[in-house]
Amino acid sequence: MIDRLREAVREKLQELDLVIGYGEGYDPLHATPVFIQKPEEVDRLIWNPLCVHNLATYLYELRGKRVGVVVKGCDSRSVLQLLNEGLIKREEIYIFGIPCDGVIDLRKVAQKVDIYRVKEVSWQKDAFTAKTDRGEVSLGLEEVLQDKCRGCPYPTPVIHDFLAKDPVKPKGEGEGLLEQVSELEELSPQERLAYWRKELERCIRCYACRNACPLCVCQDFCAAEARDPHWIPLRDRVKEKWMWQMLHVLHLAGRCTGCGECERACPMGIPLLRIRAKVNKELKELFDYEAGVKEGVRPPLLTYQVSEPKIEERQW
Amino acid sequence: MKDGVKFLEEGALEGLLRRLSERARVWVPVEATPGVVLWRPWREGEKVRLDRQGTEPPKHVLFPRSETLLRIYEKEELKIEEVMPQGPSVIFGARPCDVRGFEVFDQVFGEEDPYYSVRRRETTILTVLCTEPERTCFCTTVGGGPLEEKGSDVTLLWIEGGWLAQAVTERGEEVLRDEAFVEASREQIEKGEQRKEAVKLDPVVDLSGIPEKFLESFTSDFWRRVTAKCISCGACTFLCPTCYCFNITDERTPEGAERLRSWDACMFYHYTLEASGHNPRPTKAERYRNRIGHKFSYHPSNYGTYGCTGCGRCIKYCPVGMDVREILRELKEYAEG
Repeated sequence: MIDRLREAVREKLQELDLVIGYGEGYDPLHATPVFIQKPEEVDRLIWNPLCVHNLATYLYELRGKRVGVVVKGCDSRSVLQLLNEGLIKREEIYIFGIPCDGVIDLRKVAQKVDIYRVKEVSWQKDAFTAKTDRGEVSLGLEEVLQDKCRGCPYPTPVIHDFLAKDPVKPKGEGEGLLEQVSELEELSPQERLAYWRKELERCIRCYACRNACPLCVCQDFCAAEARDPHWIPLRDRVKEKWMWQMLHVLHLAGRCTGCGECERACPMGIPLLRIRAKVNKELKELFDYEAGVKEGVRPPLLTYQVSEPKIEERQW
Repeated sequence: MKDGVKFLEEGALEGLLRRLSERARVWVPVEATPGVVLWRPWREGEKVRLDRQGTEPPKHVLFPRSETLLRIYEKEELKIEEVMPQGPSVIFGARPCDVRGFEVFDQVFGEEDPYYSVRRRETTILTVLCTEPERTCFCTTVGGGPLEEKGSDVTLLWIEGGWLAQAVTERGEEVLRDEAFVEASREQIEKGEQRKEAVKLDPVVDLSGIPEKFLESFTSDFWRRVTAKCISCGACTFLCPTCYCFNITDERTPEGAERLRSWDACMFYHYTLEASGHNPRPTKAERYRNRIGHKFSYHPSNYGTYGCTGCGRCIKYCPVGMDVREILRELKEYAEG
């Protein structure tokens, strides 16, 4: 599969300014985004379940250039959403799609093995073995997959110019994330409040969640950091952290594709995707809408209809 | 090992922390959520994680994420009240790289910064020496070491069943007078020596000439190339034991206002945005270049030591796997090639 991808990239590179894909990271458990500009760099490209990053994050920043981007099914939804919102141009990008069987949540791996002492990783069909100085640990892929991958409805890129292998059938209807949401919905409002206070208290406002987000295109001009007007005080309290996180979520309502980069990027382990999964579920129920799955669809909160079929008007 | 080596049995830890807490605010590393170890004031029953490097360094104990410098009351008459740090602290379970971060702070804030220096004077540091460096550790590359005791008041070395404890300062000797510390046996001391000898961490890159090489690279496209994947968030700076940049803001309170000093990061656009609207570091390339330049060129030129302690957190917690070691290697090659 990787040979097919490399071959396609090598061929297309002539027409493109660069191709963003995955390469080996600083240790055997980390992959990293690589920016390929020369044919001799193409062999740096890899593919395995450690290729977690959503590379669509770089597209808005690189607009104006001809960019090839390697995407998984979930990442392709971000590309489509950026296109639907007119934030990037179709003719400027070339999409190398990878039908995906799921990627690894390193936080889950860290519960089983000291991930910063792993010296070697070897792959089996549905498992992998991590070697440290203290011995070997074998882990089944299923037990360490990211929650978004369980029941993934879009394992094959929804938009692509090239597919590196045969399409993968949908695995469900997003059960992994829906379970996370229903767990929280079962809590009373007071319990939910306590849950989020405890989680959000850890936020250090480093904005990794925002900067890793492919749809957060305001970046340097984000309201959270604006100094004039100074919307959110810099106090180190839950209140301000909460304010920031809600601002983030609400600005993504109808735009978030649930890729989970916010949560993966968070050094404090805050379950940020849960908030988004909840909003996305509400949007689906209310507007029968999912971000980044159909071409040419406008997010419901970026448009207006006199009467919405599922919103009951108040009788004045 | 010198005379007066004590032994702290694992089971005696809780009692020690309880007694220390009677006199000071005792900061300990705890697993706040699976896999995330953060510094919290010790509480009864808290499980202390001394077996791994914390996700964050204890820098906020001496340099809070946000602190009130003064309060302004404007109800009847205008009143300004200075707010100074109160009370002694203990940092229990720092790592040598964390402690070196405070050395960098001392160089910068020194005695002139009243808020910092009050806290610094009143903080006792007990450090757990590292016997098993992680793969992202590179303290020996920047002049530190896993067994470095400088800057600590007490060092703790894990051997079976507990820690060998040694005082580094007078204040440390005071701590070791607590009943939890008993005389270490000859066997325990020997075991400690063996553990120390087994620790190995080779430098990963030769930094000689780096401060000058950095300056040569300043205007080149090197920085644009190596920062292509950087997403310009503040995870590296906020988790760095030596990053000390701050912002000062006046924020509203019900009674009037307060002046805050809060962490800022050179990775952010607003950090260098000037009142005119001009920004000398408009993209991530200039911003990341500043981060490396500050730690490996400007700081050594100004103070004679690197502004990096090699803790490796900027590598571990970078969402896209930026690796400062790799960039220093490439910088060397670039300047030489």
